[in-house]
Parts: sequence; structure tokens; C-alpha cells
Amino acid sequence: MPPGVNAGDTAWMLAATALVLLMTPALGLFYAGLVRVKNTLNTFMMCVAALAVATIAWAVVGYSLAFDGDGSLIGGLGHVFLSGVGFEPRAGTHIPHILFMAFQATFCIVTTALVAGAVVERMRFGAFLVFAALWSVLVYGVLAHWAFGGGWLQAGGTLDFAGGVPVEMGSGFSALAAALVVGARKDHGRQAILPHNSIYVLVGAGLLWFGWFGFNGGSGFSVGTPGVLAFVNTLLAPACALATWFVLDLIRSRQVTAIGAATAIVVGCVGITPAAGFISPIWAMALGIVAALPSYAVIMWRPRTRVDETLDVLAAHGVAGFTGILFIGFVAQAAWNGVSDGLLYGNAAQLGHQALAALAAPAYAFAATFALLKLIGLVSPLRVTPHEEALGMDLVSHGEEAYPTGEGTILVEPIGTMASERPVAERAMAPATSS
Amino acid sequence: MKLVIGIVRPDKANEVLEALYRAEVRGFSMSSVQGHGGELDRVETYRGTTVRVGMADKVRFEIAVSDEFLEPTIEALCDGGRTGEVGDGKIFVVGLEQVVRIRTGETDNAAVTPVGA
Repeated sequence: MPPGVNAGDTAWMLAATALVLLMTPALGLFYAGLVRVKNTLNTFMMCVAALAVATIAWAVVGYSLAFDGDGSLIGGLGHVFLSGVGFEPRAGTHIPHILFMAFQATFCIVTTALVAGAVVERMRFGAFLVFAALWSVLVYGVLAHWAFGGGWLQAGGTLDFAGGVPVEMGSGFSALAAALVVGARKDHGRQAILPHNSIYVLVGAGLLWFGWFGFNGGSGFSVGTPGVLAFVNTLLAPACALATWFVLDLIRSRQVTAIGAATAIVVGCVGITPAAGFISPIWAMALGIVAALPSYAVIMWRPRTRVDETLDVLAAHGVAGFTGILFIGFVAQAAWNGVSDGLLYGNAAQLGHQALAALAAPAYAFAATFALLKLIGLVSPLRVTPHEEALGMDLVSHGEEAYPTGEGTILVEPIGTMASERPVAERAMAPATSS
Repeated sequence: MKLVIGIVRPDKANEVLEALYRAEVRGFSMSSVQGHGGELDRVETYRGTTVRVGMADKVRFEIAVSDEFLEPTIEALCDGGRTGEVGDGKIFVVGLEQVVRIRTGETDNAAVTPVGA
């Protein structure tokens, strides 16, 4: 082990990295349950796509721009293609630099996948791949530098434990921009569009919560007190958000909804993300309650608008992240975090630092995503034709169905030469047993 | 009295429902069916296996109407279901010998006329 590397810290961060990676397929499951049957695979595949393109973009240039040097707005190019990222400890931690890079990569992947929620059921898969690669560098990479990599927000005193700025507000307000540029689904506001599998949504939310223990618990980069506090707060805050959601559902419709519960878990996890290692467990429980309120309001209001921000990334991530970032400014406690107090503990300046981040991150995420998608739109269409949208993205983009019955299907390949020479899209029904 | 059987695209079923509602046709059944009507087959690939799916998902409406409702019903099915592409579906009209409303025992035209109409 190189000098300065701590075995316990490294062991935990290896596990935490795997936990965070699980959040991306978990998000795929969560999202896939919320869409219609004909778009199930495409929705999940957008998350799978982030696993591919965001990881590559991160290793090639994104990590360097986020974490090389302490430039005010953006990092350097010293770690392009992971040059200089080795086994020696990353500055400020006791874990190998290369592991730090991998842990941060999993954040970039899941954040990129989150934005997909705004454009499911109509965006062309190819255009999304290009968007995901560029977004992970130009939006996530920049915001990660501001909040984590020594950029102007972090240098100015903004506290963001695990990603209220780059992950939650970054994805939420980018999602709003993406929904506006790509445009609403043709059926939005004209037909009842229902989630096709609520169990996927619940299982996805459960796995997200599980992964979030690595996300927040790992953001202390050690087994020390900040990570332990963050880990415990990740249990407490979502539980309170969940109970609050129950009450809000009861008031609204006298029934507690399952998809509401799944949403509440996510909202609670998001709310505590920036604050996890900075506030006491009791305040974390209060944050769970407080974070549920604005997100619930936006989720009730958004479908009544023309904005088809389809899976409510803004409400669940942007708004809850905003709440969490501001909450730190009120109740941060140096007695718990060893870093800074908030307004209630005598340090009003902290609230100013937090408010600055709560304005800057949404503004940059929205503007940069809007411009990026407009530019991609100049080169290639962003969405499929209305006819293809009606047919469903699974068949159009992937040539597969989520639930194929096999009824009425004829084997084309592998089969004898005669069959494989037949054109695949001929009109006549051919006998299935020609081999 | 006629039985109108309309087979339409699943993604057009909502528009057909709206058109039927506007035409004040209130009594019908609908079901999911699979069929083949001359459109191109879909090709799907699962790992090494490529298949042609000859059957397309459709929605089948069955609507028993009195004679004066026949044309409005056909128009509603056409207006709601048409895209202009191959695969829009078909409408079959067949004669009806007898209709009985189970609740009241009413027969024929009285039985196909919605309550309150």
C-alpha cells in the first residue's frame, strides 16, 4: 500500500463505489415502471447508455475538468485520459487517487441518467447518446468542479456534502431545459398516460435508497465521523419524507399511494444529500419533512402545465436539492461537522454561501443544457416522428419488446441458408418450418 | 340493427373512443386482438435469435347499433382510427337477428338504445 493510504478508508470506498453504481440500473427500473409498456426498454436503456458514455467521457476528459487544479470556473487538463491518476492518495483523502476517480465517476453516471427522465418516450436514442456524453462533461463536470473540485463555490464556503449542486440541482434544472427544448410527448395532456408497472417503481426506489448509503456515506471518503453521520442521516431523512408524503396523500385523497411512497423515498434521499455530513440527526429528520413539502407541491402542479418534464426530475431532484442546500445554511452545526455553523447556531454568513449555490447551480444547469440541446438539434433531429412515437420507442429504437409473447412470430435466424436469404420484411407469411 | 366490428390501431383507440362519444354512440365492447392485415412484418432480435412478428396488436370494437346510428358509427371509427398508413384496420358490418337487454328483457331496437337516450 502506498504511503498515506488507509486500509479501512479504501475498503469502505471500494464498497461505496459499487453501491453508487447500482443506483443507475435502480434508476432505470424506477423510470421504466413509470412509462408505458411500449417505452419500457428505451427508458431503461437511457440509463444503461449513461453507464457507457458517461463513464468513457469521465475517464477521457470529464474527471480532469472537474478535479484537476483549483481554477475558479473549471479544472485543468492535467488528468486527461487519467494521466497522473495512480495509487498515491488523492489530496485531502487517504484513498488511492484512482479509486477517488472511480467513486466520482459513478456520480457522473447516475446524474447523467437522471436527466433522461425529462425526455423519455420521444427522444431519439442516438441523439441522447451524444447529449449524454457532452452533458456529462460540459454540465456535470463543471458543476462538480464548482462544488467538489476546488471551484468558486467550494472556495467561497458553500457546503455541499454529496452533490446538491452538481447532482441534484444539476440534473433537475437540466431536466427542465431538456423538456422545453425536446418538447412534450404528442399524447401529453390529451390522453391518460399511466405508469405501467408500479412494482418496478417501488423496487427501483428501494434499490436507490440502498445505493444512496454509498453515495452519501462515501462522500466523506473515509470511515471517519462525517461519513458515519452522513450514512445515518441517509436512513433518517427519507423515512421522515416518506411519512410526510403519507400525510400529504391522506389530506389530498384519503389514500396513501404506492408511487407517491416511491417518490418520497427519492425526495428524502435527495434532500439529505447535500446536508448529510453537516447537520445533526434530529435536523436530518426535520429536513426529511421540510424537503417533502415543496417537491410534493411541484409534482401536483407540473402535470397541469404544458411542460412535459415527464418523470418529474425537477420536482424530485432539483427542488429537493435546492431545499437541502438552503437547509444547511440554517442548521449546520460545527459540533457535528467540525467545519461550520449555520444561521441558527450563530453563523448567518453560511446561509449566504448556500443561497449563492442555490441560485448559481440552477442557472448554469438550465442555460448550458438549453444551449447544448439546441446545438445538437441543429445537427440531427432530437425526437422521433409522431408515427414512431405512437408505435413505441422499444420497437423503433431497439427492435425488441419488454414483454414479448412470441405469438405469431416466425424464426428468421439462425435457420437454414434458404431462410436467411429471404428478405426479412416481405409481406407474405412464410411457413415457420422451412428448415 | 347491425353489428359493427371495427379493428383499429391500439394507439388510435383513444381517438376512436372520443369520436364515438361525440357521435353519441355509448354502448360498445372493446378487446385486444392480434392480427395480420397486409402490413410489413416487424423484425425483432433477441441475442442471436432474429424473429419476424407477423401479428400486429390491434384493438377490436364491437358495437351493436340501430339503423340510424350505423353511418355515424362508421364515420367515428374512420375518423378516429385513420393515419393513412397501411395497418389502420378494417370495419365489418353484419346484420343482427336479435338483441336482448338482460336487465329488462327489452329486445331489438329498445335493447340497443342506451338508457336515457
